Amino acid sequence: MTAATAPAAAPPGPVGRVQRSNGRTRAERRLGWTLVAPALVAMVGVTAYPLARAVWLSLYSYRLTDPAGRHFVGLSNYGVVLTDRLWWSDVLTTVAITVVTVAVELVVGFAFASVMHHLVFGRRLVRTAILVPYGIITVVAAFAWRYAFALDTGFVNHVFGLGNFAWFGHRGSALFVISLAEIWKTTPFMSLLLLAGLAQVPRELLEAAEVDGATRTQRLFRVTLPNMRAAIMVALLFRTLDAYRIFDTVFVMTNGAAGTETVSFLAYRQTITRTALGLGSAVSVVLFVSVVLIAILFIKGFGVDLARARGER
Amino acid sequence: MSGLLVACGGGGARTATPVLGWYINPDNGGQAELAAACSAAAGGRYRITVSTLPNDASAQREQLVRRLAARDRSIAIMSLDPPFVAEFAEARFLRPFTADEAGGFTAGVLTGPVEGATWHGSLVAAPFYANSQLLWYRKSAAVRAGLDPARSPVTWDQIIAGAEQAGTTTEVQGNRYEGYMVLISALVASAGGAVLDRPEAGRDARPTLDSPAGHRAADVIARLAHSRAADPGLATADEEAARAAFQSPRGGFMTNWAYVYGAESEAVASGALDRAVLADIGWARWPRVDPDRPSRPPLGGIDIGVGAFSSHPDLAVDAVRCLTTADSQRRYMLKSKNPAARAAVYDDPEVRRVFPMADLIRESIGDAAPRAKTPYYTDVSTAVVRTFHPPASVRPNRTPAAADRLVTGVLHDKVLL
Repeated sequence: MTAATAPAAAPPGPVGRVQRSNGRTRAERRLGWTLVAPALVAMVGVTAYPLARAVWLSLYSYRLTDPAGRHFVGLSNYGVVLTDRLWWSDVLTTVAITVVTVAVELVVGFAFASVMHHLVFGRRLVRTAILVPYGIITVVAAFAWRYAFALDTGFVNHVFGLGNFAWFGHRGSALFVISLAEIWKTTPFMSLLLLAGLAQVPRELLEAAEVDGATRTQRLFRVTLPNMRAAIMVALLFRTLDAYRIFDTVFVMTNGAAGTETVSFLAYRQTITRTALGLGSAVSVVLFVSVVLIAILFIKGFGVDLARARGER
Repeated sequence: MSGLLVACGGGGARTATPVLGWYINPDNGGQAELAAACSAAAGGRYRITVSTLPNDASAQREQLVRRLAARDRSIAIMSLDPPFVAEFAEARFLRPFTADEAGGFTAGVLTGPVEGATWHGSLVAAPFYANSQLLWYRKSAAVRAGLDPARSPVTWDQIIAGAEQAGTTTEVQGNRYEGYMVLISALVASAGGAVLDRPEAGRDARPTLDSPAGHRAADVIARLAHSRAADPGLATADEEAARAAFQSPRGGFMTNWAYVYGAESEAVASGALDRAVLADIGWARWPRVDPDRPSRPPLGGIDIGVGAFSSHPDLAVDAVRCLTTADSQRRYMLKSKNPAARAAVYDDPEVRRVFPMADLIRESIGDAAPRAKTPYYTDVSTAVVRTFHPPASVRPNRTPAAADRLVTGVLHDKVLL
């Protein structure tokens, strides 16, 4: 409101100042562009170009190993992808993994963050210990979990007296192990992001609430969590985008068998294994669009403010 | 200063010998030994270095395709599974051999392997070792089943019923992988049919599993899967799982590659297997589907191709010549237990001592049916295996038709796979 009325109320005098500052704004803007130009060029080269090429390829029926048979098919590859049962079954699998892992990670990650935040003694040791899984390469972690649950080398069946239960032979149990490995691996990342949010909660507010007689639970839900909203939403956004693109763990553990194939894996198989570049690019583009939609949903729908979460505002 | 010059000169002399990169399937060191022997014999004209590809055939193909699509010059020679030869040739990843060169690579070589390495009339890879499957059986189980496979050919129906009667299993490869496609293809071929009609037409090839031969093949698989002769782990069984079950007390019959006897002999030598089990193992030709039609056993092995982007194609051809001589193949057969592609190798006394069934292997490779020779082999194979898996789900009147529909859809980019 004030911003809208301000120019009308401005006296004639400062017009020159406005012009001067316009000139300065323009100069600053130019400087800004000059400074980001190298990064922009790099981004266009490594992101925009491959993306545009994928969109271009997705309009063709094209096998890498049959270059002569390449022909334009328009949008029909997208029709094939979006009407294929395999695509929707893979979407369902991916969404299931995403929802379960992100939900569990949020709760466990918050618990870890609280411990790290409130700890007085051994803070460094605990923080390091919590962060160790995140430092392990995903493929290595996936192998470790696979060996733990495998029929021949695994100790899990032995410890829990499960006999010859084939964990990777059934959809439910295989997805359980995959999710478990994912949660183990990325909860530390979640707790790091939440720890930053915890540190932003003003101490005075908590103290005031305590003086007013608020219980622990009330302080958590009325003071701590509302003040961490931005951090929580950013953590959820990052993890959701990551989880939706899950690939390595599935690749190592089941190779997509037993109904555990995810959307990224489908794109990989069409493009790399089958060398069906057209169809594979269509899958990749649809995957990219769904990731963008998730991001828009978070930013517009839930009002995530990335700048505020990073402490810029 | 002079020291520096000497050092530089030395370095120059070392790099002057052209290096030929050979991408190999993993084995027990046999190919690396041949590479060293041929490098030594070349007298400084070239040196072969070996790079090992991943374990399973599909992953090997994937890596080679990725590199060759990027025109990798470091691939001078490569070990190729025969089913992928057509795809590589069609994509112009292989330097075809001239008629002169081809003569040397095919003289005295069994027909199956030569057929498998030929595309559109020209030889595009050199047969190195060949392979086929035999019917392996426990003599004690065969006696209880009332069968004598060594004397007269047996059918699938006989070994399934026989294994049930003997209280043993009939082991095959039923996992969701290429080994299962080997079984399906050989069953269809043995029933007098083929998986594809006009496979060389690429994406316009017509799948023909929905035919009397396809139905017979599906019938054998369904009958085995629902019989007491089926292994409990049939749906995940690969070659090694089948072999482990075969040498266990429940083993009776098994179709598997020629390496089995050598592997069992080594197990006895290392004390891992009772000698009595080895003595109980018999072998015969791959089982028939129809009692009065000779079987067409599966064809396997490795061909050696010359990379189209190599900096030294002529030297690479020379190297392949050295690697595929009868003597190289004989040494390789003895070292790795993989059968040779050249017929004469089977007459070598040492080979006959290690492979008492040498004649049977030679005959099986000669009569073997190559898998569908199409540039889209991976798509065809994956689609068929997906429809036929798990074996217990196969319905002779429905599964072959469903497989045909999926193959057609996949070849024309109408479905995802």
